[in-house]
Amino acid sequence: MKYLILIMLFTFTFSAQAWETDTYVFNDEVTEIRYKSLVKELRCPKCQNQNLADSNSPIAADLRREVFELLEQGKSDGEIVDFMVKRYGEFVLYRPKVSGLTYVLWFGPALLLLVGVVVVVQILRKKPVKKEAVVLSEEQKDKLAQILKDK
Amino acid sequence: MNKIIRFIPLILFVALGVILYRGLSLNPSNLPSALVGQKMPEFALTQLLKPDVNLTEKDLTGDIKLLNVWGTWCVYCKYEHPYLVDIAQSGRVALYGLNYKDDRIDATQWLKDYEDPYQFSIFDPLGKLGIELGVTAAPETFVIDSKGFIRMKYVGPIDGKVWKEKFLPIIEKLEGEIKGETAL
Repeated sequence: MKYLILIMLFTFTFSAQAWETDTYVFNDEVTEIRYKSLVKELRCPKCQNQNLADSNSPIAADLRREVFELLEQGKSDGEIVDFMVKRYGEFVLYRPKVSGLTYVLWFGPALLLLVGVVVVVQILRKKPVKKEAVVLSEEQKDKLAQILKDK
Repeated sequence: MNKIIRFIPLILFVALGVILYRGLSLNPSNLPSALVGQKMPEFALTQLLKPDVNLTEKDLTGDIKLLNVWGTWCVYCKYEHPYLVDIAQSGRVALYGLNYKDDRIDATQWLKDYEDPYQFSIFDPLGKLGIELGVTAAPETFVIDSKGFIRMKYVGPIDGKVWKEKFLPIIEKLEGEIKGETAL
């Protein structure tokens, strides 16, 4: 429990997000929520394991500003995502679109799970080998009694 | 049949091993550019050395154009600078600069201190054209053909080896295309 609390403390400390330093003023709450979800969904093209929200790199800051400006212009979420994909490629999406290129990503895990289930079912359905009843002879019984007595 | 099944895990393991091992040597910043094959995006910015001169994509003239993204804050831009001077002097391509997210005074001084290899540099302090071009950092170099289409994007500094292996093939191809057109 102690460790759990410790881990949680650290996790929350490090997940402080960069956009909190940006001082964008939104017209309404919905736009702000959309902004926050967009910068979480879009990947920083430079620092590839961070989203736009988490990254401190200059390009991420620029792209956050771009997202903000596009929202101000009244663009839809889909249009903003398309804008980014057109310039930076499918790569900027943390949830890539389903296409021939990404079938493995989308369906691979389910397929592997299915294979796993099939294997487990196969193993479970195998009938256990019957154990032969072991019968001890008189001599062996005496020996066993002897051993147990010595213990 | 049973014997083959026993080997399946080993086969899968080896296959996965090969794939993952290959992945180790891939460069993750080598992304396929979304812009190759697209037209050079429109822009309206000023010239770095002449703040009162407005530039648009139409000002990039020449049969084969190189657009080099640079900045004074970029270490590798200094590394590739002598190669760019050589390239500009060869006259084979028209070299333009995109001064990306930089300070005008610093950038002007930088060009004075070293040598200005560019026909001119576009001044893009906010990185607006950079975003249009999908630039993630400097240096990056775009090859643009005579019709204004982006034909290649190279991320990283140019040196002799890169020039020979990455740029010369596409430039020769473009020169071939131009020759083909004039012959028609």
